[in-house]
Amino acid sequence: MSKFAKKKDGELPAVSTASLPDIVFMLLFFFMTVTVMKDSSLKVKNELPVASEIKKLEKKDRVITIYVGKPNREYEKIAGTEPKIQLNDKFASPSEVGDFILMERAKKAQELQNVLTTSLKVDKDANMGLISDIKLELRKVNALKVNYTTGSGDAFNNLN
Amino acid sequence: MARRGGAPEVSAGSMADIAFLLLIFFLVTTTIETDAGLDRMLPPIEPPDVDVIIKEKNIFQVNINKNGQLLADDNLIDLKDLRDKAKEFLDNNGDASCTYCKGKKNPESSDNPSKAIISLKSDRETKYSTYITVQNELVGAYNELRNREANRLYNMDFVQLEADYLNPETKDKLDEDALEELKAKVKRIQELFPQKLSEAETSSSN
Repeated sequence: MSKFAKKKDGELPAVSTASLPDIVFMLLFFFMTVTVMKDSSLKVKNELPVASEIKKLEKKDRVITIYVGKPNREYEKIAGTEPKIQLNDKFASPSEVGDFILMERAKKAQELQNVLTTSLKVDKDANMGLISDIKLELRKVNALKVNYTTGSGDAFNNLN
Repeated sequence: MARRGGAPEVSAGSMADIAFLLLIFFLVTTTIETDAGLDRMLPPIEPPDVDVIIKEKNIFQVNINKNGQLLADDNLIDLKDLRDKAKEFLDNNGDASCTYCKGKKNPESSDNPSKAIISLKSDRETKYSTYITVQNELVGAYNELRNREANRLYNMDFVQLEADYLNPETKDKLDEDALEELKAKVKRIQELFPQKLSEAETSSSN
């Protein structure tokens, strides 16, 4: 009755939380490594279609991104409900795409200026008319390398 | 009273809170990028100086209308059959000048993979998702044929070869000779089935 009778006061021993910071730090480092900072907030609906024959876009510094899609609910009043182009942080018309590309190109290092890829992130409900306007603008400024950025998956899922 | 036992311990109880705060900050301000897609080259805006005469049988015309219906060489076809149709066209070998082709040698279809051109035309009101699906199928047709040749010559998928070639990490792993060899392999397969996919300007619907 002497040595073992001590713990009979019914209290559970507290779970040690000493390793909790380590776990959280681990999560933190995971997210720091696999994600990138948002460079611009999306003002358009941007649900990308899926495709199976995709190639990875290597090297982030060689990519210029153009978003296309329906304006979000809060921008409907100023931008309407038809699909719009978003360049950096603002809505734009197709004719502004060329200038935007030239401006972005001028910002990049000299040796990269000829190897830039234009990534088109287009909502799957957009129409081809707008896309072909963009393509024409891109051809005018000689930005011929494009990447139709998509998710990965069976392309036939797009159709439903 | 002199202190014994060294400095008092700093409480680490709030460490978890600080870490959580950082974690939530990163969760909110960052995104996981979607950074893959279909690579395409647009045609330059200046037309070539010399008009190249292309036989009609060497062009595989694909039209998408605004309802997403597909017209391939004047036949209404299902999207699911497009890949096989495109493969058949590219691999046809009409004038028997291609030694590695396995096509039907139909005189009405393309002469040689190096001459075969796929022309894709879409309507202004075609949905982007349909267009991507068609693009995907056409690129898939090229990739399947290239895979076949790469498997025959190097026992490896072309897609794999090309991914290795484009991957920046490969440069560190391989020495110069191996890298050159890989480049030569990719180039060779690309020449066997050159990707000639023309994207004509979209027509407006009436």
